[in-house]
Amino acid sequence: MAQRSAVVASKVGLHARPAKLFTQAVGASGLGVRIAKGDAPPVDAASILRVMALGVKNGEEVTLSAEGEGADDVLAELVELLETDLDAEA
Amino acid sequence: MATSQTTLHGSGVGRGAVVGPVARAHPAPALHTEAPPPDDVAAAVAEVTEAFAQVARTLEKRAEEAGGTIADVLGATAMMAADPELVGQVRSRIEGGQAAVPAVDRSVAEFADLFTAAGGYLAERVTDLRSVRDRVVARLLGLPEPGVPALARPSVVVADDLSPADTAALELDKVLGIVIEQGGPTGHTAIIAGQLGIPCVVRVVGASALEDGTEVAVDAAAGTVVVDPDDELRGRVETRREALATLAGRTDPGTTADGHAVALLANIGTAEDAERLTDAAVEGVGLFRTEVLYLGRTSAPTEDEQAEVYARALGALGGRKVVVRTLDAGADKPLAFVTRSGEENPALGVRGFRLVRTDEELLRTQLRAIARAAERTGGDPWVMAPMIASVEEAEQFATLARAEGVRTVGVMVEVPAAALRARDLLAVVDFVSLGTNDLAQYTMATDRLLGELVDLLDPWQPAVLDLVAATAEAGLDVGKPVGVCGESAADPAMALVLTGLGVTSLSMSPAAVPGVRFALSRHSLERCREIAAAARSARTAVDARRACLGLVDAQVREVLALG
Repeated sequence: MAQRSAVVASKVGLHARPAKLFTQAVGASGLGVRIAKGDAPPVDAASILRVMALGVKNGEEVTLSAEGEGADDVLAELVELLETDLDAEA
Repeated sequence: MATSQTTLHGSGVGRGAVVGPVARAHPAPALHTEAPPPDDVAAAVAEVTEAFAQVARTLEKRAEEAGGTIADVLGATAMMAADPELVGQVRSRIEGGQAAVPAVDRSVAEFADLFTAAGGYLAERVTDLRSVRDRVVARLLGLPEPGVPALARPSVVVADDLSPADTAALELDKVLGIVIEQGGPTGHTAIIAGQLGIPCVVRVVGASALEDGTEVAVDAAAGTVVVDPDDELRGRVETRREALATLAGRTDPGTTADGHAVALLANIGTAEDAERLTDAAVEGVGLFRTEVLYLGRTSAPTEDEQAEVYARALGALGGRKVVVRTLDAGADKPLAFVTRSGEENPALGVRGFRLVRTDEELLRTQLRAIARAAERTGGDPWVMAPMIASVEEAEQFATLARAEGVRTVGVMVEVPAAALRARDLLAVVDFVSLGTNDLAQYTMATDRLLGELVDLLDPWQPAVLDLVAATAEAGLDVGKPVGVCGESAADPAMALVLTGLGVTSLSMSPAAVPGVRFALSRHSLERCREIAAAARSARTAVDARRACLGLVDAQVREVLALG
C-alpha cells in the first residue's frame, strides 16, 4: 500500500473549491484513495462530504493512502494538488 | 383606456418598474418520513441512484453557466450530490427496507449533523446539503425542481416565498424583478431586493397562478403586477426605467434646491455591504445593524472577531460618516445566548439596550471592539443604542460608550417616550436617530410583522408624524443632529417632509438614494417646510400624504411614480 503525507496549502483549508478539486481528482484516478488527518481513522478521499468533515485547515498535514496499479503516481499528483493554493487560482 | 389586462396587487419595495417573462420558483417538497418500504428494492435503489446523478448533473451544468462565487458553491453542491458515501448510505438504507424519501432524508441528516457539530464554515454548508436532499426528493416524487430555476433569459422571479438561501442563489444579472405571494415588506427577500434595487412586490394575491413565460409588468412604486401588459403600459414602464437609470448616475451630495445640506446615507448589515458602498454615491452609513454578527451562533462573537468586521466596514467607507448601532436582539431577532424565552410580549420585553440589565459585558465587548476598529482605521464611528425609553438609559449608555473609548455617542428614538422627551435625551448624548418602523409600531400599538395591519403602521399616521416633529424640533433647538434611519427616509415624499421638519440626515437602502436625492434637489428648504406643515395639518395618514403630494413638483411625482 502506497502512503504519502501532504501539507494543505489552500488558504481556506480543504473546503469549498479546494475540496471539490481534490475529490474530483481522486474520482478521476479510478483508485480507492483514503485520506486521514492526525490519528483519526482514514476516510474515502472521493467523498467531498467526508473530506470537508475532516475540517483540514491551511498548514495542516494529511496522510493519503492508496492501493492498486499506479498508486505511487496517483498519490504524487494528489500531494502536489494539496500543496498548491487551489483557492488562489479561482 | 379600458383594457383586459389583469392587475394583481401587493406591497411594493423600491420605486422601480420592469416588464419581463415569469420564471417560477418552486417550494421544497414535503418529506414523507412515514412511507412504506419499497416493493421492489432493486428498482428503488436504481431510481434513487439515478435521481442523485441527475441532480449532480443539473447542478454541475448550472455551475458552468454561472460565474464567480456562485459557480464554486454550485460546483461543490454538485459534488455533494455525486458523493459516493452519501449515495452509498442511501442505497444501504433502502436495501435495509427503508423507503426512498426517508432514506435520503436520514442520510443527509447524518452528514448535516456532522457539519453542524463542526460549526463555522461547515455548518453554513448544511443549507447546500439540504438543497441536494430537496432536489433529489422532488425528482423521486415527480415534482418540479425546488428553488429558483436556472434563468435562460432575464426574468421576473415569481414564488410563494423565497428562503434566504434561494435569495442568495439568485443570478442577479438575470433577475428583472421579484414577485412574492407571501412575505412582507420587511422580510428578508424584500430587504435584499431593496438593497439591490430590484423591483419587488410582496404579498401579491394570485401570484401563484402566474405561469412560466407569461409577460408581466412589475411596478414596485404602485405595488402592482400587470399580466400581459399592452404597448402603452410597456412604453410608460420603459420611460420610467430610463429616467430612473439617469438619476442613478448622479453622485452629488444631498441638498435642497437652495443648497441646504441633508446627508444621504445607507443602511447596511455586514462588512460586505460596506465594501459594496466603496464606489457608491452615498455620503456614508447612517445605520450599521450589527445583529448579523451574532445571528445563528451559540455564543457571542469575540472582541477580536468584531473589531475585525468593524475595521473592514470603516476601511471600506474611507473617511465617510458611519453610524454603528449596538446589538438590537430580542423580539423578532432572537439570539440563542441572550434572548430570554417565555416573555409574553417580546417586543415589549428585554430587547435592544435593555439587554444590558442581564449582560453588561456583551455590550462592553461590542463597544470596545468598535473603539479598537476606529483606532486601527483612523475612522470616527458614531455609535448609538437601540430601544432607549428613558433619559437614565441614555445616560447609562453614554457613560459606558465613552468609558470604552467611543467619541460620538447617540441613541435611537423608536419609543414614543424617547420622542416626547428628546430634549432631555439630547442633553446627555451627541445625536439621535429616529427608527421610524419601530416608532410606528410602538406609537400605533401594532406588531410590525403583521402584514394585515399595515395601514396602522403607515409612517404618515399623524401621531407618528407628531413624534418625529417633536424630536426634530428638539434637535434644532439644541443644535444637535437628528437623523432618520427607518423605511420612511426612503420615500422621496416623506424625505421632503422630514427635511422640512429639521431632520439632518436620511439613511436608507442604497437603492433608494437616487430618488430621494432627485426629490430634494427640486425643492427649496422653505418649500419642504410648507410640505411638512401641510402633512402635519392632515387628520389621517392618507390625507397627510395627499396634502404633501399636492405641493410636490410634477416631474418628481411622475418620474418617481409618487401618485
